Amino acid sequence: MNASVVAEFMKLVKRPATWLIAVVWMLLTLVFGYVFPYFSYRGTSTGPGEPVGEQALSGALPAELASTAIQGMPLFAGALALLLGVLATGSEYGWDTVKVLLTQGPRRLSVLGGKLVALAVLMLAIVLATFVVDGAASVVVASITDSPVNWPPFGELARGVGAGWLIVVMWCFGGAFLGTMLRGTALAVDVGLVWALAIENLVRAFGSVVDFVDVVQRYLPGTNAGSLVAALGGSAQGQPGGTPGVTEVVSGTHAAVVLGAYLIAFAVLACVLLRRRDVL
Amino acid sequence: MTELLVRTDDLTKRYGERIAVDHIGLQVRRGEVYGFLGPNGAGKTTTLRMLLGLVRASAGTARVLGAAPGNPAALARIGMLVESPAFYPYLSGRDNLRVFARYAKVPGSKVDEALETVDLTERAKDRASSYSLGMKQRLGVAAALLKDPELLILDEPTNGLDPAGMADMRMLIRRLGTGGHTVLLSSHLLGEVQQVCDRVGVISQGVLVRQGTVRELRGHGSLRVVAEPLDEANAVTARMFGAERVSVHESALHVSVDEDAAPSVNRELVLAGIAVRSIGWHERSLEEIFFEMTAPEEVAK
Repeated sequence: MNASVVAEFMKLVKRPATWLIAVVWMLLTLVFGYVFPYFSYRGTSTGPGEPVGEQALSGALPAELASTAIQGMPLFAGALALLLGVLATGSEYGWDTVKVLLTQGPRRLSVLGGKLVALAVLMLAIVLATFVVDGAASVVVASITDSPVNWPPFGELARGVGAGWLIVVMWCFGGAFLGTMLRGTALAVDVGLVWALAIENLVRAFGSVVDFVDVVQRYLPGTNAGSLVAALGGSAQGQPGGTPGVTEVVSGTHAAVVLGAYLIAFAVLACVLLRRRDVL
Repeated sequence: MTELLVRTDDLTKRYGERIAVDHIGLQVRRGEVYGFLGPNGAGKTTTLRMLLGLVRASAGTARVLGAAPGNPAALARIGMLVESPAFYPYLSGRDNLRVFARYAKVPGSKVDEALETVDLTERAKDRASSYSLGMKQRLGVAAALLKDPELLILDEPTNGLDPAGMADMRMLIRRLGTGGHTVLLSSHLLGEVQQVCDRVGVISQGVLVRQGTVRELRGHGSLRVVAEPLDEANAVTARMFGAERVSVHESALHVSVDEDAAPSVNRELVLAGIAVRSIGWHERSLEEIFFEMTAPEEVAK
């Protein structure tokens, strides 16, 4: 499988879409994690020193790096990760390169396994880059607001990186599964984004009033991704300064287990589909 | 006994009620250029996909390089170009081949060799999306050659090429065939198959209707005699060679004898007072044979 992993990296690294998604990811995390909170602090009607402005500022300081860096992962970063997963598998069908790969010699599962490993490593690289970029932004915010530069403990940062990676890899593998199942990119992207950005939010809205919907939502990927971020200090949607997509529906442990289960399920299902179906 | 690199027995593919490939028995021998001839939709590509393990057979068996289709060890010795060439449009021609070489576990040096073989070295740095159709087709052949394969499976490799590109591709295929590769070439172009192939299998509506050398398929030639009166000429030649060797087609006699029988036929006809307008050697083209064999009533037989 090593050869497949290296080949997948070559493709991912040289693909403009990978870089575009990574840049958009970084820009969004900066805008929502640092730029808007800073202007909120500067421009709030209650002014600097008042509760709302201070709360907005505190999230943009180095001490809150772990939770701020991952707060966008249940929603926009998750959606972008899903997009990358779809592109990685669905494009092979769109360009018909799947037939070339599968006739080069490696087993079908090696090809897909290499792809998933490469995606998981790419996700780790992007999450680490997010922490580096966000860390630098938090230092800038601290310096221009004369705030202290206090870094969170290493353990907290490591948990943040791990949680962020788990969330985006789960979405990315979900995208890879959809791309494989639907043998293309267009429909897979549509289905994935509608699910991640719309359907889960609708289900969550009914979860507070309908009992069985509340039970169902505890096992949905987006809800668990949001809960994992909340468990690490992220402000839940609906609270002052809360982040869309972040929820407090389940515990952090429950969320991590469910996300892990989804990650494995998406990978296994994609493997089963690729192994059993004809390549037309 | 000649070694068979590809052998299928009753290989069949069904899609629901529709039979795409119907109990075909294909035999490709080592070192030959085998033409897999049939009209569009006859089942050629489905058969090739089954041989490569991309599509599973509904019934029957296939052995490719002594192994079941899709066997990784066998695939490592097969180069293929099925239907249109497929590439990553954002990668250069060279990078595309590097990616495929990684999957195939062949050294990177093979990439430049393959590019050289198909005369694409100068454009190797350009994005594959900027290539003309002919260049893409050649890059597809380069990808197929990366593994220095024992068996090359080429599906309609001249599709979309201009006449010069087609001629180049045929020359390349012939060169590969004489260079020790075994080539399984699918095509709906009769001239192409006639020019480059040693043996031919004809498929129509999923059925392999004939298999043999081009010579065997075309059959023995005949003397074509235009004479008047035709029925008297028919009687004379029938007396000479037997009625079963003489037939009438389009106002001409066709006599199934060797070419050097022409002078004696001419003499006998003249002695019998028959006016001989022309006498010459006639061979049926593969095209005539093909249309005969792929006629629905022939396939049904």
